[in-house]
Amino acid sequence: MIQVGERAPGFSLPNHKGEDVSLSDFRGRQVLLVFYPNDFSPVCSDQLSIYQEVKPSLDAAGLELLGVSIDHSWAHRAFRKHLNLDFTLLADFHPKGEVASRYGAYLDDYGTANRSLVLIDPEGVVRWVHESPTPLEIPGANLIFDALAASD
Amino acid sequence: MGPEDHVRGDGTETIVYLDLACPHCAATWVRLSGLQLQIAFRHFPVASKHPRAPALHAAVEAAALQAGEPAFWGLVDSIYADPGRVDDPHLWERARTLDLDLERFERDRRTAAVIQRVRRDFDDGVRAGVVGTPAAFVDGRPVSGDLASELAL
Repeated sequence: MIQVGERAPGFSLPNHKGEDVSLSDFRGRQVLLVFYPNDFSPVCSDQLSIYQEVKPSLDAAGLELLGVSIDHSWAHRAFRKHLNLDFTLLADFHPKGEVASRYGAYLDDYGTANRSLVLIDPEGVVRWVHESPTPLEIPGANLIFDALAASD
Repeated sequence: MGPEDHVRGDGTETIVYLDLACPHCAATWVRLSGLQLQIAFRHFPVASKHPRAPALHAAVEAAALQAGEPAFWGLVDSIYADPGRVDDPHLWERARTLDLDLERFERDRRTAAVIQRVRRDFDDGVRAGVVGTPAAFVDGRPVSGDLASELAL
């Protein structure tokens, strides 16, 4: 995985509406990349639902949350609707997993991203990285709040 | 466990975070009830996933406010036993069965105090790292895997 202190690799990916979104769009704001394996699998759903529940607190902290998986924009669109998610989901679909790979978050054996969180500061530097030890371990929202507090 | 917790049973002190609209929780509840556990019920409605959940959690708190712990557990058991029927008319029916005053029930479940009581448990759960329901803690440590199986040991 990418290390704390490194410059976050730039990227441009389509969101759930098919619009291109670049990391540079968020210069000046804190960004949390949420890499996850798949839309609609039972484990992922709980993770993003919990983040959705605490989104008001994340918004208040000025944090932009971007979900990234290898699913296509159409899947993201349906997934967002299914779970009533407000935040952006990015499709690392083509080339498959290329952005996840730049962050060291792509699992070659599975063909999906791993389950990890990357906190990027307003200057585009990685400040915190969390990688789930196993795909079944979901990073709790408490980790995000701890990371935000530590980066203050 | 704290003085404000809803606690039932005898045995190992177990804090359980539950969503009243979550099918996994409903299935687990039945199995937990047969175990030697002292269970503290903590509210964990995941509203974005289960839009009906916040109303159900407010309802059981309203039951507690009006008629104490027996009404609380009565309504929780009733909801988990029949989780498909939780619209307002169903809730009123259940409230009637528990001898609750409906007007007061309707008022109480919409008060800020009740909503905050539910939110407090939810925030505690998030802070403790709860990422889905059902979730349980014994001696401050999370129980992993299939809860009912793990807690039966």
